[in-house]
Amino acid sequence: MQNDQATPETETRTPESLDLDAAYRDSQVGDVLAKLDRELVGLAPVKNRIREIAHLLLIDKLRKQVGLASEPPPLHMSFTGRPGTGKTTVAMRMAEILLKLGYVRKGQLITATRDDLVGQYIGHTAPKTKDVLKRAMGGVLFIDEAYYLYKPENERDYGGEAIEILLQVMENQRADLVVIFAGYKDRMDTFFSSNPGLGSRVANHIDFPDYAQDELVSIADLMLEKLNYTFTPAAEKAFSEYLEMRMTQPQFANARSVRNAIDRARLRQATRLFDRGGTVTPADLKTIDEADIRQSRVFKIGAGTT
Amino acid sequence: MRLTQGQFSFLPDLTEEQIKKQVQYALDHGWPISIEYTDDPHPRNSYWEMHGLPMFDVKDAVAIVGDIMKAIEAHPNSYVKVNAYDARLGRQTTAMSFIVGRPANEPGFRLDRTEWSDRQIKYSVHSYAVEEPVGERYKK
Repeated sequence: MQNDQATPETETRTPESLDLDAAYRDSQVGDVLAKLDRELVGLAPVKNRIREIAHLLLIDKLRKQVGLASEPPPLHMSFTGRPGTGKTTVAMRMAEILLKLGYVRKGQLITATRDDLVGQYIGHTAPKTKDVLKRAMGGVLFIDEAYYLYKPENERDYGGEAIEILLQVMENQRADLVVIFAGYKDRMDTFFSSNPGLGSRVANHIDFPDYAQDELVSIADLMLEKLNYTFTPAAEKAFSEYLEMRMTQPQFANARSVRNAIDRARLRQATRLFDRGGTVTPADLKTIDEADIRQSRVFKIGAGTT
Repeated sequence: MRLTQGQFSFLPDLTEEQIKKQVQYALDHGWPISIEYTDDPHPRNSYWEMHGLPMFDVKDAVAIVGDIMKAIEAHPNSYVKVNAYDARLGRQTTAMSFIVGRPANEPGFRLDRTEWSDRQIKYSVHSYAVEEPVGERYKK
């Protein structure tokens, strides 16, 4: 009922020859995948999986058009990886792909964490969870750090209730909503193994690898380009060294740390320009210098420990 | 006597599918939906009871139609209506309002005339259902 939005031009074709390329073009999934490629550095395994899923969905749609009935493919997913590896961004693109292929009707991405789903007292959880589910209907529900839903050490915790409701909707309203769970890999594995009902309903597990140092540098370049800044060659070298040190330090959050580092560099650049006074050229405003990077606390810690 | 208030009230009752389409129309315009019910359907009674809170930030009608059906089920002896509120500055009013659930038997209204000074007549509308106390109405 929900997914048979066969386009008129494909209906008029004979079932013997469906034009795969045309269907691919019509769905505009290629655009989303290209955008994913452009926006996200690295992450080759993730992009491959997303492409595979997109292909499966497209083929399934074509199968439906020629009358090869099958269950709609299972779409609930789990994204695992360390912070800042692009899980949310990929989830957003996934919502777009699902919308373009007609597997969700509206394509909005609702992000929820434990706080949004679990209540504080008896009877508070169900309305909260249902409210979030309502907002996510017709789109994608992205549950960040999903393992916090389940706290086995506290038997009076209401997380189990939220999981129950989620399970029910995931099973009964598969056409209305897609759920994506996200979090650290090891903790997600424990979460799924202690909630087998949930684990068995999540068909697509995608693991997001950490970025390599050169990938992080390309991410920084991409970010700077968007912000209309440039590194001087010396600054670029300094930033590369910065990343090398930062990666070994605790709380390193991949692309998010890069973003924060750039934000701080912008701050120092502004201060530097102010302290210098006088006139500034457009080039001055655009350029982040070596000094803006070298002032970072990371270098001091790095120098102190080695 | 069939109560005719709000949109579509001269049409046959909307089916679930039709309600869904109307709700989706409202959501596509960004109007949040609320559900109300009453057993006192006097035309001037604008204060119906709320069934749950208004539903904000919902994109898809499926989420709401389930609640509407539950509301109808929960209040078989009442009128249930669906409102869509347009919060835009300059409008800020109910954009859509239609009855989705009604009691099986609707006794209707009577017109009362009261003689006033100088042979004037004051009119009032009297609902037969309201003769019963709250909670006992529309049970027959």
